[in-house]
Amino acid sequence: MAREIVEVPITGKIISVNVKPGDQVQEGDVICILESMKMENPILAPVDGTIGEVGVSAEQVVKPGETITVIEF
Amino acid sequence: MFGLFETGFASFYWGNGVMLAVGATFLYLGIIKKMEPLLLVPIGFGVILINLPLGGLMECIVQGKVVEAYAIGGEPAGLLSRIFRYGLVWELIPALIFLGLGAMTDFGPVIANPKTLILGAGAQFGVYFAFFMALLLGSAFPDISIGFGEAASIGIIGGADGPTTIYLTNRLAPHLIGATAVAAYTYMAMVPIIQPPIIKALTTKEERAIYMKPQLRPVSRLEKTLFPVIGAIIIILLVPKSAPLIGMFMLGNLLKESGVTDRLADTAANAFINILTILLGISVGAFMSAGVFLKPESLLVFGLGIAAFAVSTFFGVMLAKFMNLFLKEKINPMIGAAGVSAVPMASRVVQKMGQEANPRNFLLMHAMGPNVAGVIGTATAAGIFLGMLG
Repeated sequence: MAREIVEVPITGKIISVNVKPGDQVQEGDVICILESMKMENPILAPVDGTIGEVGVSAEQVVKPGETITVIEF
Repeated sequence: MFGLFETGFASFYWGNGVMLAVGATFLYLGIIKKMEPLLLVPIGFGVILINLPLGGLMECIVQGKVVEAYAIGGEPAGLLSRIFRYGLVWELIPALIFLGLGAMTDFGPVIANPKTLILGAGAQFGVYFAFFMALLLGSAFPDISIGFGEAASIGIIGGADGPTTIYLTNRLAPHLIGATAVAAYTYMAMVPIIQPPIIKALTTKEERAIYMKPQLRPVSRLEKTLFPVIGAIIIILLVPKSAPLIGMFMLGNLLKESGVTDRLADTAANAFINILTILLGISVGAFMSAGVFLKPESLLVFGLGIAAFAVSTFFGVMLAKFMNLFLKEKINPMIGAAGVSAVPMASRVVQKMGQEANPRNFLLMHAMGPNVAGVIGTATAAGIFLGMLG
């Protein structure tokens, strides 16, 4: 099964996490909301698949390159 | 003697009623629709106050007599006419707001990707387009008084930068300051409505989906500290009349990036700019009395202002597409639209549209490059106009 890693694109703070391991997502679904530069930015699922591990939680300060989640498809 | 003729009712006319509705609309847009509330709320309330006759807020003394409307050659005698004179006419407020804006700006994306400076410059074409359109319309309709100063003040709206628009209009066409300021701030608030259809018309879905790696190269503290110093020297030597705006902008940024003036940067980016924003908003609103605002020139300002803004967006996108002809690693052409200086709304629009076209895209930082470069570009365009016409 292929895996796609969703990484943090920009330094910021996770406002909410909208998925948990085992959830089915479709391309374009919101995985989490990242606050950066005083804006709330949704991070979207790049592919249809199943959420594996989730590497972030609400209120966590994150840096570029950190893993948000892994999607198996 | 106190009586009906000393209340405002006797002097109230339909024009005041129209302007009260305009003021109420600004309050509605600011409070309910959350459109640029920091500006539209004080502007809207200022419009209401100034259209209540006999309040004396914009009183001036001309040749020993008190006149209720603001008089350019008179001595200000009212609360708002004094703020207007010493804040706007003396050019203190717009220039000092740039100090605060500089302290809020991160030049990192521009330094990491200097190509974006070109996009910030390209989006200024709309300014010159509207300038020439205004001159053409002025010659076609001689009843509407449009000269070089008025045309430049209308054109600069295309840069989507409120303080710059106010600064230039005050110098070149002070009678239009209410209309140009409101047009600039209104269109800035309407970026998410105005820009997407233009961007979509100019790009294919494949172009909008062009993926750009989210991570720009790290930018060192030294680079960020040197940028405002070197930037100010180069830009002001090139366009000397941009010195007040660019000088304050770069000083504010140096306070932020030097790492040793955090207290000053914090004040400039918060309390200081907030105070100035209140004074700016209420002063602009106070200049929108019925007698001053309800003129054909105001309609022209709004009509050409939106054209300028649309053309700026057009040139920004087209320039990005042109650059792609020569770039190995293509840029998403939508980031060119962020070359107008509406920070961060234009970047947010590009970010949202980029994700819609390709969920992998995260264009925010890429768009912030042209966006902050656009602030420099618009201030420089104002300096060029001042050098030519001031």
